[in-house]
Amino acid sequence: MYRYTDFDKIFVTSRVDQFRDQVRRRIGGSLTEDEFRPLRLMNGLYLLLHAYMLRVAIPYGTLSSTQMRALADVADRWDKGYAHFTTRQNVQFHWPKLQDVPDLLEDLSKADMHAIQTSGSCIRSVTSDHFAGAAADEDEDPRPTAELVRQWSTDHPEFAFLPRKFKVAVIGSKQDRAVTKMHDIGISLVRDVHNSPGYMLSVGGGLGRTPMIGMVVREFLPRADLLPYLEAVLQVYNQIGRRDNKYKARIKITLHEHGIEEIRRRIEENFQLQLTRFDGSDQKVFTRIESDFSAPEFKHGSMESFTKARGTDPLFRSFTDTNLHPHRNSEYSIVTVSLKAHGQTPGDASSEQMRVLADIAEKWSHGELRVSHEQNIILPHVHKGDLVEVFATLQRVGLATANVGLISDLISCPGMDYCDLATARSINIAQGISTRFNELKLEHDIGSLKVKISGCINACAHHHVGHIGILGLEKKGVESYQITLGGDAGRDAEIGKRIGPGFSADEIIPAMERLIYAYLDMRTDTSETFLMTFRRVGPAPFKTVLYDTEVKTHAA
Amino acid sequence: MSHATIITANDLLSGEVVYLTASGQWSPNHLDAMVLVSKHKGTARLTEIQNSDKSVVGPYLAEVVQASDGTVLPNHFREIFRTKGPSNRLLGKQAA
Repeated sequence: MYRYTDFDKIFVTSRVDQFRDQVRRRIGGSLTEDEFRPLRLMNGLYLLLHAYMLRVAIPYGTLSSTQMRALADVADRWDKGYAHFTTRQNVQFHWPKLQDVPDLLEDLSKADMHAIQTSGSCIRSVTSDHFAGAAADEDEDPRPTAELVRQWSTDHPEFAFLPRKFKVAVIGSKQDRAVTKMHDIGISLVRDVHNSPGYMLSVGGGLGRTPMIGMVVREFLPRADLLPYLEAVLQVYNQIGRRDNKYKARIKITLHEHGIEEIRRRIEENFQLQLTRFDGSDQKVFTRIESDFSAPEFKHGSMESFTKARGTDPLFRSFTDTNLHPHRNSEYSIVTVSLKAHGQTPGDASSEQMRVLADIAEKWSHGELRVSHEQNIILPHVHKGDLVEVFATLQRVGLATANVGLISDLISCPGMDYCDLATARSINIAQGISTRFNELKLEHDIGSLKVKISGCINACAHHHVGHIGILGLEKKGVESYQITLGGDAGRDAEIGKRIGPGFSADEIIPAMERLIYAYLDMRTDTSETFLMTFRRVGPAPFKTVLYDTEVKTHAA
Repeated sequence: MSHATIITANDLLSGEVVYLTASGQWSPNHLDAMVLVSKHKGTARLTEIQNSDKSVVGPYLAEVVQASDGTVLPNHFREIFRTKGPSNRLLGKQAA
């Protein structure tokens, strides 16, 4: 994991001091809200429906046991005893008071954590594969690159007031677990024909009210040229990105309006300028960063307890069937801890749960945890011989739900229960779906299914790329939920198709049931997932079961 | 159609939802809110508040309707949520 240098520590504490003074001046009245708002946003502080909200950065979703404990302490000391893990691998506190935020940030700084650039019209926290450095299918760890981009983008003086927010994701595997195609810049680690390291870059991906899939601007960029190239992309965007209309200000619109050829031409032209400005010292920094990401000292040991428990303990068997992912070391496993207990708020964890996770990671995961954009916590390096104890410990604090990748492992934004941008609630729908399909005992039969629920058109829950997406809007003064089908967040990203008019909060769960029963009826066999069935039969049969009143009556 | 409104905002320090009373104070209880019966009155009072009040953030007008017993309720579900707190946790105003 990246180790803060003295420079990094001083940078974060100076930023806390600076913000402390800005808060003092805001409270005293010498800064207006209009002056203060862009400053507080660049320190991750929102004002939402019921309270302030602070979004703390967890760069590329990687944190240590010490840091997880620091989050638990902040939850208890400054908030209401819990935290919410987000769809960009960060964490949110939903109840801080303005005058406490500087002290909260100071507590975080002691654990090398901060809330810098988690909001505002600037380059946001860089995201990556939550299985980075551990997955068997990984070509190369993307996190050193993510860390380099983080350092370059933090407090970049030229890009502090972009036309709009800017999001970057990095992956090092052919499995795109970081949804790079839906980011402003997506970076993939690749090799050329001579096996020289480099990057493939896509630009202009994004969700929100106009979902678009990113386009490749560079098939291969030599490794040492990354920062000059990123500088070029951002300069072009900063110059020609729209500032007249908030809804047309992202780079995806700039790309759409100018065309890929023109944008590529401008980037390449600017890139030649940037090459003269970079002297290679960033590559020395990169080498030092890389040394922080060497693999942990994996141990050898017996895996007998694992094999035995899988045979004797049905709960352990179920958990290890759904929540594990193959590790690069055959004696190890990646464990996904589900924060989607049936009927609970997706992505929330109590301070007690966070402390237990920290302890488990310290004892059995080489001190490391990850946050996935699917709002779960990952223990990246667990020896199979330790899984029995890990599972038992998770069970004691309600963290052993065996539903990863299943229908109840849904993504949900906070929605209108918290967010002032929302048009409808989303958490209650998530809870309803999760509870219902648990009652029906159908989850495992249904198999792999990604459901994503957004409480407004900003799509923070990425509903466009859910196999089933739900969008909460308003119709005639009540909450109304629209369904999209066939989205996919992976390498072959696809935007889901809206299937028809919205359903009320009472109607949406029965609608989901009809969809699922239709899938179970139509699939060729249990190996055909929901997404595969949808791709084979198209939207028409699903539209029929959802809207054809005759069919509905028979199904009821 | 009613043009009656109340003025609501978030408290600067706590971020809590507050409502403007007739005496110019801010109350966390919507039942204490001063009802502005016309669009003109509502806009005028809002402008006064926006220009002078430093203890709150983002004041705006919320439409209300009067129940048969005379109590006043916001007429949009978002504003009703704001009088209570989140529906997934017993936190915010409903916990007080």
